[in-house]
Amino acid sequence: MELTPTPEQRSFRDEVRAWLRGNMPREWTARLAASSDVPRAEAYDLLRDWQRRLHAAGFIGLTWPREYGGRGLTFMEEMILAEEMALAKAPPVLNILGIGMAGPTIIAYGTEEQKKRYLPKILSADEIWCQGYSEPNAGSDLASLQTRAVRDGREYVVDGQKVWTSLAHTSDWMMLLARTDPDAPRHKGITYFLLDMHLPGVTVKPLRQITGDAEFNEVFFDGVRVHDSQVLGGVNNGWAVGMTTLMYERLALGFGLQMRLRIALDGLIEMARRAEKAGHAVTKDPVLRQKIAQLWIDTECLKYTGARAITRLLKGEMPGPEASTGKMGWVETHQRLQELAMEIQGPYAQLVKGSDWAVEDGLWQHAFLRSRANSIEGGTTEIQKNIIGERVLGLPKG
Amino acid sequence: MDFGFTEEQELLRATARKFLENECPSPTVRKLMDTPEGTTPEFWAKLAEQGWLGLIFPEVYGGVGLGVVDLVVLMEEMGRVVMPGPYLSTVLLGGLALLEAGSEAQKKQWLPKIAAGETRATLALTEPNARWDAQGVTATAAATGGGAFTLSGTKLFVPDAHVADLLVVAARTGPGAVGAAAGSEDGVSLFLVPRRAPGLEVTLLPTMDQTRKLCEVKLAGVRVPADALLGVAGQGWRPLRRVLERATVALCAEMCGGAQRVLEMTTEYAKIRIAFGKPIGAYQGVKHKAADMLVEVENAKSITYYTAWAVDENAPDATLAVSMAKACVSDAYRRVAGAGIQLHGGIGFTWEHDLHLYFKRAKSSEFTFGDATHHRERVAQLINL
Repeated sequence: MELTPTPEQRSFRDEVRAWLRGNMPREWTARLAASSDVPRAEAYDLLRDWQRRLHAAGFIGLTWPREYGGRGLTFMEEMILAEEMALAKAPPVLNILGIGMAGPTIIAYGTEEQKKRYLPKILSADEIWCQGYSEPNAGSDLASLQTRAVRDGREYVVDGQKVWTSLAHTSDWMMLLARTDPDAPRHKGITYFLLDMHLPGVTVKPLRQITGDAEFNEVFFDGVRVHDSQVLGGVNNGWAVGMTTLMYERLALGFGLQMRLRIALDGLIEMARRAEKAGHAVTKDPVLRQKIAQLWIDTECLKYTGARAITRLLKGEMPGPEASTGKMGWVETHQRLQELAMEIQGPYAQLVKGSDWAVEDGLWQHAFLRSRANSIEGGTTEIQKNIIGERVLGLPKG
Repeated sequence: MDFGFTEEQELLRATARKFLENECPSPTVRKLMDTPEGTTPEFWAKLAEQGWLGLIFPEVYGGVGLGVVDLVVLMEEMGRVVMPGPYLSTVLLGGLALLEAGSEAQKKQWLPKIAAGETRATLALTEPNARWDAQGVTATAAATGGGAFTLSGTKLFVPDAHVADLLVVAARTGPGAVGAAAGSEDGVSLFLVPRRAPGLEVTLLPTMDQTRKLCEVKLAGVRVPADALLGVAGQGWRPLRRVLERATVALCAEMCGGAQRVLEMTTEYAKIRIAFGKPIGAYQGVKHKAADMLVEVENAKSITYYTAWAVDENAPDATLAVSMAKACVSDAYRRVAGAGIQLHGGIGFTWEHDLHLYFKRAKSSEFTFGDATHHRERVAQLINL
């Protein structure tokens, strides 16, 4: 066990830190006095610009191969970057589904041509990606998806519907799972497509969420013609390809989220210092002190559990049990953090953006409501527990 | 940055597992916990032979000279079998107190004997006020001239005092008034007292966890000579804190080992126990609870491993890490052991099944060196809340 960074890691950390010090967008810093999250829709342009600048500085796609615009570094540098971004309260990465999911899957399964075509534009945020997995009748039971792609010459004709598609309304491309062989067993007849969202026959209808925002969507496909060069990883091999995406989502993307917990926690502590409850400072209340300390502990635990998983990855070992727990642990901790933010605010928790009385412009209310989706998106907590029970502990399927 | 264990550490783990499976299986644990001693001279001699009684003492004092991370590996294995006996008290409390606070002569005199299994020691710190901070120390040491002292007071929850040859007793020499916020760490002194010293009376207490023996130690005017003082008079708290930090990490590791074993026992049982025509592990009511247990165990290990490293390296956040670890692991082991009983059903509630050994060890460990509430408050203080 050697947790002291190597000289190379230390110099990478210094590089990141120095860059962040000189490049944090002022507009963001001002908004984020609260240190909670800003609704993505309100900061779209800022976030796109932020990703471009990160990219230009060489901080996007650290683990991607150099020939496709990455830096050929390891998850350790990725972890250092995530931690430094969290400590600096830097804005998140806009094209997160492209960077965290589509890109790694294309690197794993794509042809040379596909890698050259898609990867650089993911990094530069020139093309934003969304994930077309869930359908009205296929959520947790993803393999029952019904969107069909029927071969017609060099093209596939796609008909069907996706739902809960985050960022579809601002996306250029979709990771699409569609059924190409309706007669095959359910896991065997699915193909993974790289779908151009601007093709005729694609209709995006925003869905309003409990936050009031329309960040996710229904997506309808009506005779959409996709060229067969946009199949990723082979026809009827979509299940394996799609699962790779999910593995990256839960591992790499989950890891960044865990780091960002620290931003919200620091913000919560700052808020608690200013808040009063029953005539005394919240931070002096013995019960609330316990709850805040517990969040601190859980945030640190998640960080070290992630670091253990990364250690194994770097040694070329299979991810151990610790890798599978990250997403679940993050969800539970983040939701508890947001609940505590409401508890600290007390009756003020009822007031949202628009009221002069709202705490920190109502940002916490938005983050609190948004956090309810955490245990549903990217694999519900119940599905995560099935996976841990069956694949890690070896318990029988139900 | 590397969170993995070295080959030597993996070898230590394998050796310890094999040794303890052979020498300390459940029937042995049950036999030992039924005796007042909690161990046998033969078993103790074997621990000495393995080098484990001096694992973290420097070689010049007869030890092996390994670090806290190595210790963590061994403790996990001991926790796995709920090993009874005075290991924690002798090596990590009495022994480390000697190492941290003792003079060269005291260390040379006692540590090799502890490592060889010839001498057992413990730490008499806590009192009926049940506090783990310096303010809890109210026993007094009155100077009687010529450097000698007379010790008076009552120590409670003292592990294995009844089988210890030596007790390291914490008592107040200075004015450090009881309850005074400032300076209360000043004035705490440590004394090396033979158990057979006149005026020292040890009573073994009946405990829920029979694998962990606790005592009351009455000090009724125990006279000790000048060379009984360990370290500097009135300056005993600082070395003591270092002792407690290392002992706490070791305990956390032991708890992780126990929790891991409960998870394994429960998973194995859920695969073979049939209800309504299926193994119970196929039901989500059982499967999801087992998954929760795994998450608890893995997080507990992560923070314990980090803390072991931080303590070994004297990292700036070592003290904070210790409190984070003890808070996290105390809750985790208790919940995992409880869930283990629940998922076993009636059989898990029997004396015959081993689960209660773990459940009770989780409970006793929870209150040793401060419970989760105590350590969360310390975390709150250390992060300047």
